[in-house]
Formats: sequence, structure tokens, C-alpha cells
Amino acid sequence: MTRAIVGLSTCGVAAGAEAVLATLKERVDAQTLDLQVGFTGCIGMCYREPLVEIRTDSGERFIYGPMNEKRIDRLLSQHIQEGKPIEEWLVWTNNGLGSDREFLNHQVRIVLRNCGLINPESISDYIAQEGYKAIQKALKELTPDALIGIMIDSGLRGRGGAGFPTGMKWRFTRLSAGPRKFIICNADEGDPGAFMDRSVLEGDPHSVLEGMLIAGYAIGAHEGYIYVRAEYPKAIERLKIAIRQAEEKGFLGNNVFGADFSFGIKIKEGAGAFVCGEETALMKSIEGKRGMPRIRPPFPAVKGLWDSPTSINNVETFANVPWIVTNGAAAFSHYGTERSKGTKVFALAGKINRGGLVEVPMGVTIRDIVYNICSGIKDNRRFKAVQIGGPSGGCVPIQLQDTIIDYDSISRTGAIMGSGGMVVMDETTCMVDVARFFLDFTQRESCGKCTFCRIGTRRMLEILTRITEGKGELGDLDLLDDLAQKIKDNSLCGLGQTAPNPVLTTLKYFRGEYEAHILSRKCPAHHCTALIIFSVIAALCDGCTACARICPVKCISGTKGEVHVIHQNLCTKCGECYRVCPRDAILKD
Amino acid sequence: MDERQFNFRRMHYEGAEGALIPLLQKAQEEMGYIPIEAIQMIYERTGIPPSEIYGVATFYAQFRLKPVGKYIVRVCHGTACHVANAKSITDAICDTLNIASGETTPDRLFTIETVSCLGCCSLAPVIMINEQTFGNLTTSSVKKVIKRYMKENGK
Ligand SMILES: Cc1cc2nc3c(=O)[nH]c(=O)nc-3n(C[C@H](O)[C@H](O)[C@H](O)COP(=O)(O)O)c2cc1C
Ligand code: FES
Repeated sequence: MTRAIVGLSTCGVAAGAEAVLATLKERVDAQTLDLQVGFTGCIGMCYREPLVEIRTDSGERFIYGPMNEKRIDRLLSQHIQEGKPIEEWLVWTNNGLGSDREFLNHQVRIVLRNCGLINPESISDYIAQEGYKAIQKALKELTPDALIGIMIDSGLRGRGGAGFPTGMKWRFTRLSAGPRKFIICNADEGDPGAFMDRSVLEGDPHSVLEGMLIAGYAIGAHEGYIYVRAEYPKAIERLKIAIRQAEEKGFLGNNVFGADFSFGIKIKEGAGAFVCGEETALMKSIEGKRGMPRIRPPFPAVKGLWDSPTSINNVETFANVPWIVTNGAAAFSHYGTERSKGTKVFALAGKINRGGLVEVPMGVTIRDIVYNICSGIKDNRRFKAVQIGGPSGGCVPIQLQDTIIDYDSISRTGAIMGSGGMVVMDETTCMVDVARFFLDFTQRESCGKCTFCRIGTRRMLEILTRITEGKGELGDLDLLDDLAQKIKDNSLCGLGQTAPNPVLTTLKYFRGEYEAHILSRKCPAHHCTALIIFSVIAALCDGCTACARICPVKCISGTKGEVHVIHQNLCTKCGECYRVCPRDAILKD
Repeated sequence: MDERQFNFRRMHYEGAEGALIPLLQKAQEEMGYIPIEAIQMIYERTGIPPSEIYGVATFYAQFRLKPVGKYIVRVCHGTACHVANAKSITDAICDTLNIASGETTPDRLFTIETVSCLGCCSLAPVIMINEQTFGNLTTSSVKKVIKRYMKENGK
């Protein structure tokens, strides 16, 4: 039977997908149509949500978006009853149609292979896509050492940020002696601007469970924890369902698939602390303590959760694992560059036309992602920079847009691959303010254990705030540079060691913007409110009174038909006058 | 402390295997915040000293030691939302409810919090009211959302 499938992930729901699903069900029931209504996770086209896919038995797929309740009737009558797809609403089909087809067609989906395809709350959907085949193959045909060999050969590196080879990590943990060992899945996803882990958990939770099972078998661990942030209620709900289903089927628990291997998985909800994404802090948090990192070594592979050998990997890393076991190491390492194999999922957000999830082979360029897949910058503005790697990363400027995506090339720019968040910025984004924003974040999230991170980030934030308020001095830039180096060199964990990166990269590529703030007391992006002045261009003002009426603090005077005046001492720079003026007679400078 | 007592405490620790955070989460889920009585109760159940419980409760942003409103309005100030002018969204909500961020309305209906990233960055700016997410907001549409909640509660 033909199916209508609604994308029900957090982004879809926020855009109104639940109402679309309800309306669809209601109409199909009322009209007794031969159509089965279902749902799926995130397709990745977050900018087009809500999405509805029509999928026929013969395998034709038509994705429509954005859909709303009003569009349902026409969809049902024209596409379902008359069999004529509605071209102007189509975003993608699997036979070459759809306005946004390049978005999906340029991608290579390994991690996201099932996202948007299957019902994430149905284990049989996952099994139908070869799910749980890889663990069975491992248990039957592979010794743990052979399995680890495959992971090493595949070249898979951890997707949580540092890019450590996954197979090596497993080998170290396997070699550590201990009666009890643990697997941890890091689903803390604290980088603001990244959401690929959420989408994988919401769209294909079983792939992560299967990856953990395989890791457990390879290492000799029987217990797994998924540490997931509490801000992701839907991901937690779907994980719980998935774990229950896997337990019922005997895929989790004692003697998995009848083999001499037992494995259980528990969920631990995070409690809102960015530093708990760091592996040693995360383990403290699972133990019920304050999530403070400790010095490594000993590494978790030797001394981890409750002092037992522990292998901790990211969600995306685990989602790759079953695919690699099923398809072989060579199929994976066929994609990518010399030292970065496979694909990487990026979360695109900011001033970009198509914000969403993009999975590409390592080795494509930033330009490929921004222009060919995501269709460039919103509102025809100019591309200025892309922030990669979140608070630990940096801003890569437009002149480096041909940088290829792999761990080493991105590190050379001063940013880091990180978890794969990419926030695109245009000419209206002030780079000093972006640096200030990240320092504000890291300063708040510093756990306070080491001095350089705790106090150093605070001092940097104060300097940056001063600059954005027009009170900076030229010596501030040297001071920032000096502090940045010291914090990098002396912090205990990755949080402090990388916290200066956003400042260092903006100083390197956008020094002129800093200098404009300090020397001419101007914000070139017209963003920093302390440095902008709104005034009326007398020659253009026809005294329509629109600005005076909208001004929330009533600081604009003038009678109808006459030139208006903004009283600077009262102006709060909210920009409302600038927005409403029909004759563009307000100058923002 | 005699050794038996010490072991007793350790046993509770290990038996609970990191139960403290889930216990605090449970308490907060039921009461909306962590009252001092809850800390006392957790101490009695687990043997974890109140000072340590307090230390953990204050470490994590999720835990509140003060009562909150029926609706928690979480305004995202993550990177994507920041460049999409999340500040104006916070201002609009604060204006509508007449409280500052971090505060609760006197009728205990709303609490405003800021968070970093709700994972819906491509719909920035984003807010979450309890477990419901709203995206692509403008200052006027967010006011409408808040007013709808006020109306539903007879305000
Ligand atoms: C401050 C900080 C935050 C981190 N946050 C995360 C996170 O949210 N998710 C994640 O997978 N790894 C995060 N990491 C990296 C982890 O410490 C660890 O390297 C990773 O989970 C290992 O998994 P992988 O080898 O699969 O990448 C963070 C590291 C630091 C220093
Ligand atoms: S930055 Fe606001 S949802 Fe991610």
C-alpha cells in the first residue's frame, strides 16, 4: 500500500509536523483512502519542515515541503487519487525531480542511512534495513581481535571532536585487564549549533545500540551507558523505546543472539553542563558527582567509569560501526582523504539558505557544502565566515572556503572539526561579538577546577565586552593574544585548552574589525549597539510619523509632514524605526 | 567513624551506582525544584552527605533550588540563535511577562531561563516551553505564543 510519511523529529514538530500528521490521519480515515499514514525521523532538510513523503510499493519516493494542514487536501486528491505529483511543492524525488534535489543528491549517507527512511520507533523497520545483521555477523564469524582489526583498517576516527582512531581505542580497552568493563556512548552534544547526534538518536536509535553492542563484544564489556543531555526529550523517549524493543527480542540482555555474550544498556540523563561532554567529567557525572575533568593519563581505557576500563565514543561514531562491519573496512575507507576516512555529518545553521543535516565524504570543500548543497547565503547577502567546531573551534573566513574537510586541514585554519556544527555568518555578523559570545559561553561553563580556565576566560570576556562597548584600547589585542596562549598551554582539559580558539581565529582573520571597534569606535557589521547611531536623513524623510509611532521609548519627535528627529540621549538602538521606515530615511551608522 | 558504619555508607554508594543525579532529577520532576527537604530525604536514603548533594545540585544548570512557574520558557542563546538575534526574543518575552530572565512571574505561571542550544539550530531563533519547541520566531510571533499560554490559563 502507498504510504504517507511525516517527518517527526524535534525540528519537524517545532515547525508543526504533529498537526500535519493529525490532519492526514483524519482525512485518510474520513475518505477511507488506500493510504497508510506513518512517521519517520529527521530527513535533514530542517529548513523545509514539515515534510511529508509519499512512498509507493514500487519504491518511488516523493518528498513534499513545507507542508501544512491546508495543503493536505490537495495532496490527497491530486497525488493520491489522481496520481499526479504536485511539482511546485516537491523538494526531492528518487527519480530526479524536486526543487531542492541537489541537497540530498550531493550527499553520501552512511551515518544517516536510515534517518528519514524508517520509523525510529519500530525495530522491524530497522531490521528490514539489514539492522542487527552486523552484530550477528560479528558474533558468528569474527573474533574480537578480528573485529578490532576491521575497525582499525576502516580508518574510522572518533566523531566527538578529537578524532582519535576508534579501533585503537577499542584495542587499548580490550588489552586493559579488569573484571568489569564499560562502553559509554557520549550523547551530550554540548556544542551549541550542532544537532547531528540528536537527529541520529531521534531518527535511527537502533543503529547506535547496535554499534554499542559490537563495541561491547570487541572489548569484552557487558554494560553500556548512553549519556544524553536532558534538553533532548524526544531522543531520550525514542532511545527508551528502542532499548525496550531490543530487550524483548533478546538483542540486549543475556546471551545475545544465543551467543556467549551478554550486554545491557542504561540511559543516563545529563543535567546541563557543557563540560560533562569531556570524557572524564562525563564519567564523574555518571557516578553521581560534580562533573569535573581530571588529568589524563590514566586514560578511560585504563581507568574509566568506577575505575574500570572504559571505551567512550560519540553517537555518530557508533552509528558508523554496524555499516562498517556489514560492508567491510575497504568500503568505508574508499571515502575520504589520506588521514580522514569515511563521511562526516555537518549541522548547518545560521545565515544559510538550507539549514539542516548534511553528510558528505571527507575531502569535499567548505564551498561545496555552503554553495552546492546548501544553496548559499540567505537574502543574497555576502558570505563572511563559517564557524566550525563550536566553542572549541574557530571562524574560517571566506578566503579559505576552498579548504577541504578533514581533521588536519580544518585544524590548520585554527578551527577544529569538533562535532561538526557549522554556523554560517554573513556581513551583518560582527566577529568581535561572535568571539565575545563564545567566551561568555566557555567562561560560564568552566567547571572552575583550574585557574587559567576559570579566571583567564573571565578576563578575556571582560576585554571583549569592553571592545564591543566601544571602550577598548589598542593594547587589548596583545593582551588577548597573550592570555589566549597561556590559557591554551596551562588548562587541564579540552575546554580550557580550546576556549581561546574563537578569539585567536577572529583576531587572525578579522583583525580589522577589532581595530575598527577600538580605533574608530565603529562596528563594521552594524551589530554592536553601543557603536551604532540611528539618525534621520532629512532629505528623504517625508514626516509620515511611522518611526515616531513605533519607537518604544518615544525618543523620536516631529509633526506630520515634517522631518523627524531622533533624540540620541534616549535612544535604546532597538532599530524599530529603521525597520518600519517606508522611505529608508533612517541612517544606521 | 567505625568501620562498619563506613562500609555501610560505601555499600549504599556502590549499590546505588550513581543514583544521586537521577534522584535529584526525580525530585525536581515531582516538585519542580529541589527543596531542602528533598536533600535531607536523599541523604537519609543514600547516606551521601548533604554537603555533597548540595555540591552536585549547584554544579548542574538543570537543578533549581527555588520554586518555578508552571511553564518554563527556555530561550535558546546558542550560536545559531545568537546570530539570529536571540536577545530580541528574550527581550520580547521579558517585556510580555514583565520579569527578567531567570525570574518567575508572581502568579507562578512562567519562569524564563536561557539555555545554550536546543538542537533545532536550523529553525533559529528557538524557544522551548516545557517540552514543546517553537522555531523561526520573531519578536511579534513569540509574544503571540506567550499570550496564548496566558489565555489558556485565564490571564
Ligand atoms: C569541553 C569538552 C566537551 C566535549 N563535548 C563532547 C560532546 O558533547 N560529545 C562528544 O561526543 N564528545 C565530546 N567531547 C569529546 C570527548 O571528551 C571524547 O573525546 C569523545 O566523546 C570520544 O568519542 P569519539 O572517540 O567517538 O570521538 C568533549 C570534549 C571536551 C573537552
Ligand atoms: S543554537 Fe539555538 S537551537 Fe541550536
